[in-house]
Amino acid sequence: MDFNLSREHQLIRKMMADFTENEVKPIAAETDKETKYPRENIEKLFDLGVMGLCVPKEYGGAGADPLASAICIEELSKQCASTGDIVATHNGLCCDPILTHGTEEQKKKYLPMLTTGHKVGAFCLTEPNAGSDASKGQTEAKLEGDHYVMNGSKIFITNGYVADVFVVFAMTDKSKGTKGISAFIVESSFPGFSVGKHEEKMGLHGSPTAEIVFTDCIVPKENLLGREGKGFSIAMQTLDGGRIGIAAQALGIAEGALAEAKEYTKGRVQFGKPISKFQNTQFTFADMELGCEAGRLLTYQAAVMKGQGVRYTKEAAMAKLFCSEHAMKTTTKALQMFGGYGYTKDYPMERMMRDAKITEIYEGTSEVQRIVISANMGL
Amino acid sequence: MKVIVSIKQVPDTSGKVAVNPDGTLNRASMQTITNPDDMNALEAALKVKDATGCKVIVVTMGPAPAAGMLREALAMGADEAVLVSAREFGGSDTYATSQILAAAINKIGVEKDDIVMCGRQAIDGDTAQVRPQIAEKLGLPQVTYAADIKKDGDTVTVQRMLEDGYMTIKVQTPCLLTCIKELNNPRYMSIGGILGAYEKPLDTFDYEALKDDPLIDASTIGLKGSPTNIFKSFTPPQKGVGVMLEGSGKETCEELANILVSKHII
Repeated sequence: MDFNLSREHQLIRKMMADFTENEVKPIAAETDKETKYPRENIEKLFDLGVMGLCVPKEYGGAGADPLASAICIEELSKQCASTGDIVATHNGLCCDPILTHGTEEQKKKYLPMLTTGHKVGAFCLTEPNAGSDASKGQTEAKLEGDHYVMNGSKIFITNGYVADVFVVFAMTDKSKGTKGISAFIVESSFPGFSVGKHEEKMGLHGSPTAEIVFTDCIVPKENLLGREGKGFSIAMQTLDGGRIGIAAQALGIAEGALAEAKEYTKGRVQFGKPISKFQNTQFTFADMELGCEAGRLLTYQAAVMKGQGVRYTKEAAMAKLFCSEHAMKTTTKALQMFGGYGYTKDYPMERMMRDAKITEIYEGTSEVQRIVISANMGL
Repeated sequence: MKVIVSIKQVPDTSGKVAVNPDGTLNRASMQTITNPDDMNALEAALKVKDATGCKVIVVTMGPAPAAGMLREALAMGADEAVLVSAREFGGSDTYATSQILAAAINKIGVEKDDIVMCGRQAIDGDTAQVRPQIAEKLGLPQVTYAADIKKDGDTVTVQRMLEDGYMTIKVQTPCLLTCIKELNNPRYMSIGGILGAYEKPLDTFDYEALKDDPLIDASTIGLKGSPTNIFKSFTPPQKGVGVMLEGSGKETCEELANILVSKHII
């Protein structure tokens, strides 16, 4: 067992750390304050091959593995969880299902768009009455000749108002329950596609979240992803991979908060010495560091297993659950170390704490992760 | 046509500078980076490659770990790399280093259309001597302080940035240019570039590989071939904290004048 990153993974981390320091960090506060999609940086990430990095070269990607993707999301999220989220969604929830379940024609058409074509991807599963219970979706797609007619709406869609390509789940046979759900590739230019309400969120302000509405939306028959009735299985499989991305994002947030707090407490003098010298601070740091290390091992393990093609459902859920809860704990404790300053917008701690919260909720709440883990324990 | 880029691994001076008891730099304990001006030279070479499809070869002299820096240059888009490394080359000053690098560039081969690009100077020694010496030893015309480079056929038009203005020079290839940070913003390594970096050729030129070049002689390379002797290097004592006078009015000027008077400066 070798715990060292490969030479390539080390270089990817170095490149992403440089990019994050030079390009992401300087605009992270402004991105949050102005609820501004970091378009220029996303364009640069396309140029660098980070967007869609696991897509094979023949379809325009770099042919990297899931571990490389996790490292990129982790590094970006150290300074800006919104940027990490945009990349995680694009890579894990749009490129990945098309690559895994798409026909050759679909891969040839859509994967180059999502890599060299600089088109952003999104994933539409959640509905107002179908959150954790995704099987209760109401969006329908009816086959009429050479196309499906899609009706319904999806909420909380990451990249919603900037994306061009959407992986959408809709009922093709309501009588069959989850076996009646199918997956589709939908372009924002299709007739009947529209963007609804832009969500105002507690955190992740740079990540554009919106409602997506389908009104007699015409989806060509050849845009069915996988077979009819396989949508639920495609969604669950996609979310397994997506959870590695969220684990990496949460890990990055925790590591970023830890680094900020270390720097601050070394310089903040109270009662005659830097507060980093107090045992209470040091013990808190020890717990933060321990959690980051454990979270990193869980996340990288799940990513490597995905790359090896073995089942990793439980491992991805464990990584996501552990890292998201650790991100929440770490940002809360790190903010506390900053005292009153941490509560102000002059420091990044309050942003990091707001951003961390969502990682315990989306792509399966912590409660859902516990369901997934225990369901895979032979109980 | 090709561009040969000479780059150097230097201590990262943004971290702590460590000095050995004998006064030399403790390089082993310091983080290393690619010399910043050399990154500008590499970016300039890659821009020529983007425009013309030419080959870019990076070359460095240094210990074995410098290969890591060369891989980073390959991940940015260079095509081939050469590590010049041998015990005999150790301890070389700027004169001896330029002998060895010129021999290495000779071995790579400089043809009619080629350009050799380098950074102006390295942040460790700050001499700015090695690259002009390489040009002299290769018999190439050289243009230093390049802030803009335009290649047109077998001529290169270079805008030199000087202290008091710009100077534009047209030079025939093959030639050697030294680049400054104003020239460009170096690109990042790309994911695809990183994944391909270890597949690209990286040659090592040791003493055996270069010994037949007339520039390589026991009296012109390594510590023995170096006319420079360093007596001592040290970290200068830190200056005291200055006094900042706020404001721009007459009162501030008077305050400043009083301080200068009290110190018998005026």
